[in-house]
Amino acid sequence: MPNMLLKVRNLRCGYGSLEVVRGVSLHVCAGEIVGLLGANGAGKSSLLKSLAGLVVPWGGEIHVNGRPTRGLPAWHGVSNSMVLVPEGRQVFAEMTVRENLLIGGYHNKDRRMDLEIVVDRFPRLRERINQLAGTLSGGEQQMLALGRALMTRPKLLMLDEPSMGLAPLMVKEVFSEILKMKELGVTMLLVEQNAVATLGIADRAYVMETGEIIMEGEARDLMSNPEVRRAYLGKGYKEVWE
Amino acid sequence: MKLRRFIVVLLLLAAMVGVQIFLRATGQEFCLTQLTMALYYALVVIGLGLVMGYAGQVSLGHGGFFAIGGYTTAVLTTRDFSPFKDTAWVGLLKAAHVFVAKEDLFGAQVMVVTPWAAFLAAMALTAVVAVLIGYPALRLKGHYLAMATLGFGLIVYKILLGSTVTGAADGITSVPEWSLFGVLTVSGKTALRVQNYYIACGLVLAVLLLLQNLVHSRVGRALLAIHDRETAANAMGINTASYKLRAFVLSAILAAAAGVFFTHYTGGIGPSEASALKSVRYVALAAAGGMANLWGVAVISTLINYLSLRDWFGSYDNAVFGTMLIVIISIAPEGPLKPLGMAVRRVFFRLRPSGGKPHGAA
Repeated sequence: MPNMLLKVRNLRCGYGSLEVVRGVSLHVCAGEIVGLLGANGAGKSSLLKSLAGLVVPWGGEIHVNGRPTRGLPAWHGVSNSMVLVPEGRQVFAEMTVRENLLIGGYHNKDRRMDLEIVVDRFPRLRERINQLAGTLSGGEQQMLALGRALMTRPKLLMLDEPSMGLAPLMVKEVFSEILKMKELGVTMLLVEQNAVATLGIADRAYVMETGEIIMEGEARDLMSNPEVRRAYLGKGYKEVWE
Repeated sequence: MKLRRFIVVLLLLAAMVGVQIFLRATGQEFCLTQLTMALYYALVVIGLGLVMGYAGQVSLGHGGFFAIGGYTTAVLTTRDFSPFKDTAWVGLLKAAHVFVAKEDLFGAQVMVVTPWAAFLAAMALTAVVAVLIGYPALRLKGHYLAMATLGFGLIVYKILLGSTVTGAADGITSVPEWSLFGVLTVSGKTALRVQNYYIACGLVLAVLLLLQNLVHSRVGRALLAIHDRETAANAMGINTASYKLRAFVLSAILAAAAGVFFTHYTGGIGPSEASALKSVRYVALAAAGGMANLWGVAVISTLINYLSLRDWFGSYDNAVFGTMLIVIISIAPEGPLKPLGMAVRRVFFRLRPSGGKPHGAA
């Protein structure tokens, strides 16, 4: 396999006695966007959290860049160039846009320089640079969360439901930003319920159900897979999305 | 922003000098004594403001840290170590000028620890204790620190009350004065009252400036981020547990330092300084000052503690602080100063409007 950035084998995790992720194996190669699809409660977010170290895995292996990372605390991820953009954006509401970005560059010595690069990429953030993040719209907050993650100079970005709670127009905008970030050489693992938007920009994807991977393949193939279409795309999606 | 901080320092300094001149002119200079004590208490509350407003944790044991500081210096500077003169470690410490020989009240020769050495010992002891309490409590999410420190405060109180070394219920008296350097001496003598008022003022200002620099740095941003959203801060590579611990230890050390100065100033300390009510009082004052607003915390806590020390609240003293805490948490959780401060800032500093209207989709 060419340059495998993230390799997960037989990962299990859960809460209390409830096993939510039941032996998941997947990999992400450098330069890819990999989608992770599934309905509510399929275990996608828990999987992502255990990859990031926010939930302690029960078993299995996680390798980032060939190094084992299972059991390392969450704050350690950034030094491995692996960053989570958490569900619900989680911007620091009581801090300004600038301060949010600087926090992203916490471990980055060139953070002032990178700040300029990031606000060049997201002109909306430049407009609101001194505004409190809590006063931004949902879409702007998502842009800020992406910009903040870019400030860490990530190799692997793990995005948890970036489309959550956004208007369809905004979802398009956010996803086109994600696609542009790929051109910067950022590899991404994209967890989503929005299958259409995800398969539209991903190279490959995994489909998760009740804690297990039930399907995997090229995004193009999954898009035309009748089972995926029935379960996640719905009838007449083309009218809505294109 | 730097200019703004400078203006605030000047205003505070002017207020401090103004108060002293006013009291002298009106012949009420005796009030400076309680004001000085209130300033030392304010130091505790400022440190607590750092923990509550920036690290998002509550400590119900700061009375305990104050007492550790005060009692450490009180014990070391009053206890006669001359019976141990010939043991190796006392000899070693003696060579390091840790001890000083002097006459006690009854004219006997005694050997006690110098105030500076006692101060350093108090700081070291406090740091160790704070790490021991904070390390396990702060690795867990939630308010475990509040519970751990509540227990800690109660334990310190009981130990002080039950030990003969600490004078049991009477506490320790006749703690010597502490000559800092040159003519500066921490002492309760009437002749030194004005000087001691300014020593306390200087200490509070210095700590405020230090903490202001800290909270406006990368470290302060990290602390704010932890307070705001711990998970996201973690995801950004911030070691949240370590930061919370450092903020807690720093604030414990401030409380203990306040205890040391206070004890040398008043010439003694009693176990009530470690009581749970004292600790709750500090929390109430930090809340009243607006926690993260360290200037506000300093002013409000000095003012209210001063009124309390002047006996304005009579037998309702503790009730006043309890009521204050309840009212503030239910009506103005960010402190009553915030809405007021916003208005002032808008007029004088034309600060950025922080309530800009969100627009766009979603």
